[in-house]
Amino acid sequence: MAVIRDMMPVFELFQPASIDEALNLLDAHRGDVWVLGGGMDSFDWLKDRTKRVSTVVDLSQVGELRGIKEANGGLEIGATTTLTEVVHHPVVREKFRILAEAAEMVASPQIRNQATLGGNVSQDTRCWYYRSGWSCYRAGGNICYADTPTAINREHAILQQDRCVAVSPSDTAPALIALDAEFVIRSTGGERVVKAEEYFLGPQIDITHMTVLRPGELLTAIRIPATWANAQFYWEKVRDRNVWDFPLVNVASAMKLSGTTISDVRIAVGAVAARPLRLTAVEAATKGKPRTEETASAAGELAIQGATPLRYNAYKIPLMRNLVKRAIRGNAQATT
Amino acid sequence: MEEVNKMEETPNNPSRRNFIKGVIAAGATVSSASYLFRTSAAGQTQTASAPGSVERLISLSVNGQERRVDVMKQETLAQTLRYKLGLTGTKLGCDRAECGACTVLIDDVPHYACSVLTHTVRTKKIVTIEGLASAEGTLHPVQQGVVDEQGFQCAFCMPGFVMSAVGYLKTNPNPTREQLAHGVSGNLCRCQDYDKILTALMKGAENMRGA
Repeated sequence: MAVIRDMMPVFELFQPASIDEALNLLDAHRGDVWVLGGGMDSFDWLKDRTKRVSTVVDLSQVGELRGIKEANGGLEIGATTTLTEVVHHPVVREKFRILAEAAEMVASPQIRNQATLGGNVSQDTRCWYYRSGWSCYRAGGNICYADTPTAINREHAILQQDRCVAVSPSDTAPALIALDAEFVIRSTGGERVVKAEEYFLGPQIDITHMTVLRPGELLTAIRIPATWANAQFYWEKVRDRNVWDFPLVNVASAMKLSGTTISDVRIAVGAVAARPLRLTAVEAATKGKPRTEETASAAGELAIQGATPLRYNAYKIPLMRNLVKRAIRGNAQATT
Repeated sequence: MEEVNKMEETPNNPSRRNFIKGVIAAGATVSSASYLFRTSAAGQTQTASAPGSVERLISLSVNGQERRVDVMKQETLAQTLRYKLGLTGTKLGCDRAECGACTVLIDDVPHYACSVLTHTVRTKKIVTIEGLASAEGTLHPVQQGVVDEQGFQCAFCMPGFVMSAVGYLKTNPNPTREQLAHGVSGNLCRCQDYDKILTALMKGAENMRGA
């Protein structure tokens, strides 16, 4: 027999057929269970043996978790709907374009064909010290290897650093925050719904978790309200390579105009902190202002208030400033 | 009376030689299995009673055939195809969803076989590079395009590229060169032969439209 590369360590596999069955399994194996969506984040951890689990609950057979439904003028997107399905959905493309644009820039075609929307917002950070299995703060240790004098930290955080300087890698998260989406979380105890921006946690709240999901809980759906349908959208992602790459910085904004005045706006930036940041100060400062170069420049300057570079990531500060500026100004077509 | 003393090789009375052979074979199987699969008997026990539990012996639809195969819980589709079903046309490059060499079609959609648990595709139709040519050996139009244009240098990445292109062309049969490049952007070529590859795949798309 040929040499088999990289067989994952053994685990017990369950393939529930419904959400209830899945939740019961999560309860029964609480503390040592891994939820598998598309698996695009999971398999790296398991193959590299940086995380080990004895039980995996695979959601691929749960039909009710997958698909996009229209609801109250908005959408309800099942958590295991693939990014390709999101990209091609006619209502997403027509009314909530930034979500399609963000999802289309994730990784590669094959990954988008398998990766899920729920997984994209719930994935772990890409800090390579953490992912290589170093016992850093995020892994339960008491040091950050990315914030030492010799650390390679070009991709790390410029805002809200608190011991850990890892960043949120999601592209769809800023778009969902700009669209004021809600995340539906279920457990055997019931259902709770959190605002998109409250789904994500920074290290000052919980240094070992990226999201508010607790053991026994499952993200089941993402609801997009009708509020921002067909708003003025802006999406941009800056990355090193056009395929596969995670964002260096990404930005999403949704804006309503009356004439040339910004009557309402939501804006979020990813990959600058451990969680995608909704820029409430920028929103407050631009509301009621004309959509001009001056307003946009001021918004950019305001966005980077308090940003502190590490050794190799100072470039992210002007990058974030300029992306926020563009997201407020819009591209030429959007402003006319 | 000599015959009576002769050892008879019956199941109840094995010869010493066969017994030793048997021990060696069993030992080799056990040790290589634990080395290759890093598995243990304990982890593979059946818990068929619990809801959602998984049976190891499954049927897979591969290249139009039903294949019965014994699949471990943690086994990826690339491993099943290559090492259980002998379909070694599907290559393992990075085994991390970063190179595309293992691309296969699952229900006509390109996936990285290294990053799919075999158990998740029990009900799906899998097509590998071996399943493209017709039964009598006529190449698929995209394969013919590769032959016509001599599109690859070492061609380790070729099965993955061809599967990606075949999958993409199902959604867009008449792509521009740029669109096709985007369609196969989830595949890497270590020889950096992208220009020739695209020419070959464009030729393949043309062949498909002509077919």
